[in-house]
Amino acid sequence: MNTPIKESLVEVRDLTVRFENNDAAIHAVNGVSFSLERGEVLGILGESGSGKSVTLKTLMRLLPARKTKLGGSMRVAGQDVMAMDARALTAYRGKVVSMIFQEPMLAFDPVFTIGQQIGEAVIKHEGLSKAEARKRALQMLERVQIPSAARRLDAYPHELSGGMRQRAMIALALACKPALLLADEPTTALDATVQIQILLLLRELQKELGMAVIFVTHDVGVAVEVSDRIAVMYAGRFIETGDIGALIRNPRHPYTQGLLAANVLPGTARGGRIEAIPGSPPNLASLPPGCAFAPRCRHVQERCRVTFPVATPVGAAHTVHCILSEAGALSAAL
Amino acid sequence: MSALLEVLQLRKHFPIRGGLLNRQTATVRAVDDISFTVEAGETLGVVGESGCGKSTTARLAMHLITPDEGTIVFDGRTVGSSQMPLRDLRRQMQMVFQDSFASLNPRLTIEESIAFGPQVHGTPKAEARERARDLLAKVGLNPAQFIRRYPHELSGGQRQRVNIARALALRPRLVILDESVSALDKSVQAQVLNLLADLKEEFGLTYLFISHDLHVVQYMSDRVMVMYLGRIAEVGPVRALYENPLHPYTRGLLSAMPSLDPDKRTSAAPLIGDPPNPINPPSGCRFRTRCPHAEAVCAEKEPVLAAVGTERLAACHMVVAGSGHSKAAEVAA
Repeated sequence: MNTPIKESLVEVRDLTVRFENNDAAIHAVNGVSFSLERGEVLGILGESGSGKSVTLKTLMRLLPARKTKLGGSMRVAGQDVMAMDARALTAYRGKVVSMIFQEPMLAFDPVFTIGQQIGEAVIKHEGLSKAEARKRALQMLERVQIPSAARRLDAYPHELSGGMRQRAMIALALACKPALLLADEPTTALDATVQIQILLLLRELQKELGMAVIFVTHDVGVAVEVSDRIAVMYAGRFIETGDIGALIRNPRHPYTQGLLAANVLPGTARGGRIEAIPGSPPNLASLPPGCAFAPRCRHVQERCRVTFPVATPVGAAHTVHCILSEAGALSAAL
Repeated sequence: MSALLEVLQLRKHFPIRGGLLNRQTATVRAVDDISFTVEAGETLGVVGESGCGKSTTARLAMHLITPDEGTIVFDGRTVGSSQMPLRDLRRQMQMVFQDSFASLNPRLTIEESIAFGPQVHGTPKAEARERARDLLAKVGLNPAQFIRRYPHELSGGQRQRVNIARALALRPRLVILDESVSALDKSVQAQVLNLLADLKEEFGLTYLFISHDLHVVQYMSDRVMVMYLGRIAEVGPVRALYENPLHPYTRGLLSAMPSLDPDKRTSAAPLIGDPPNPINPPSGCRFRTRCPHAEAVCAEKEPVLAAVGTERLAACHMVVAGSGHSKAAEVAA
């Protein structure tokens, strides 16, 4: 290539996360690699225990260092996240990368007002004065469409409704205009009519600020509403990654296919049976060798139980880790 | 079909106490004068957002909490009267909750938990245990493998299967499923939904199926009841209600479902704001503060649940001709 290789905003290579207990090691993330460009939205879709939240928290280096073993490399905006010390992390969190959570009540400190908490972030990161910080906090609350924002500035978190608290948390996360926003199921606890408002707000802010977003969810519908690209996660690995359209219309991994069918999509005939994946997700303390989905897979072969299949491209921006697609790619080539 | 469960003018208000003398300072109007029926053999889905009273309705129907006012009639007999004492009701009506772990006694084995109900109701121990084993097999758990286990040794999906088996141990006719599959992962949820459909057919059950997931309710229900702030907004056959909702709230709720087509993403939120607090619901129609069609009449008069055609009911001034709402005529026509 003639053009110089420009580094992506996020470069994650072979990320592994292991939680060590006295008697067992939990293999939460088992070799995740991806890159993300500025302004791109990646949805990570997975069920509980798939490692999606752990991946996000690792990008923020939020996991307790003593009990967590990290492997692989992570670079965000040209910085080596793995090598950061406490001081570098303080500068990194909130400024380069910000995170929003499912439970805004836990993200806010209950004894400070919303305005103070947003103000604190901009004072720390941008060195603004108290008065300027208050002005920025007000702008942010208006930006996330909180009604009568000036009044809410002096409200405590418990005085806001669920949807409003979620908006306030988004205001806090975006106050320093981070390049990357990590969203960990931010709409899961909300009512349906409020959820769609928050999703639309996030989409709008993402476009306006040109930030990259990694959005973790278990809900296919939510992922479709916000993502450019989707990664399906199972037992700590990305098993299928693709542009949203390709992945939803033409899922290639048996797990992705089952997950989409299990979502009781509209039009599932009433009285008809849902195509359910048998069994339950694997125990992360004793993962089987090879493909972790093999015990539940209809198409399982001997090979699946031995080695985890390599990434096979099945479309322009669509890769899958499954031997079925390997075979398909082979026969297509012949 | 005949009505298996009839709920008439049911009301439950919870007092909120506070202050120095612990006096009543406010009232949560959780369920406010609602009436509905569940026909024998059908599945009635109940949907609504948090605080709409759907779980309170379920607990009232089970008499787990006592209604302030209203009557519950099961199979033609008034619940709580000599015709149907609570003990009889519990044999006929059972419930499965959302939290599969909290609803099982951690000190009882799976077999003991399932056999407990029948034993209390006079079934000999050996027979009750035999029944427990049969039911475990019916819900897809190998009895030999599971009877001696304790709840903490099971996965969430397995525990919910045990809860379903326990609910069926008294051979009830009506089962209330209150967000029973909501806490399960999608792949496991699909298995349990299939199981519920099978059991319904095998035992001729009637379901009251409560959920916030509109896709699941659509899949499971024959008729659907939509609740908002302690009141019924709309009731109707599932297909008609989903294809042509009558109440503006139902319309908003349905269009708030995330799109599953990447080319047809939602472009505008159908409703703005959060659901108001059930402590001080708005005057008149409770939905008027979020309704795009609200007019003066909506603040003054509370709409009654009016029949639209033969099978549908809706509580909106727009469906009643001559209600005073400017759009009343065109919608009713």
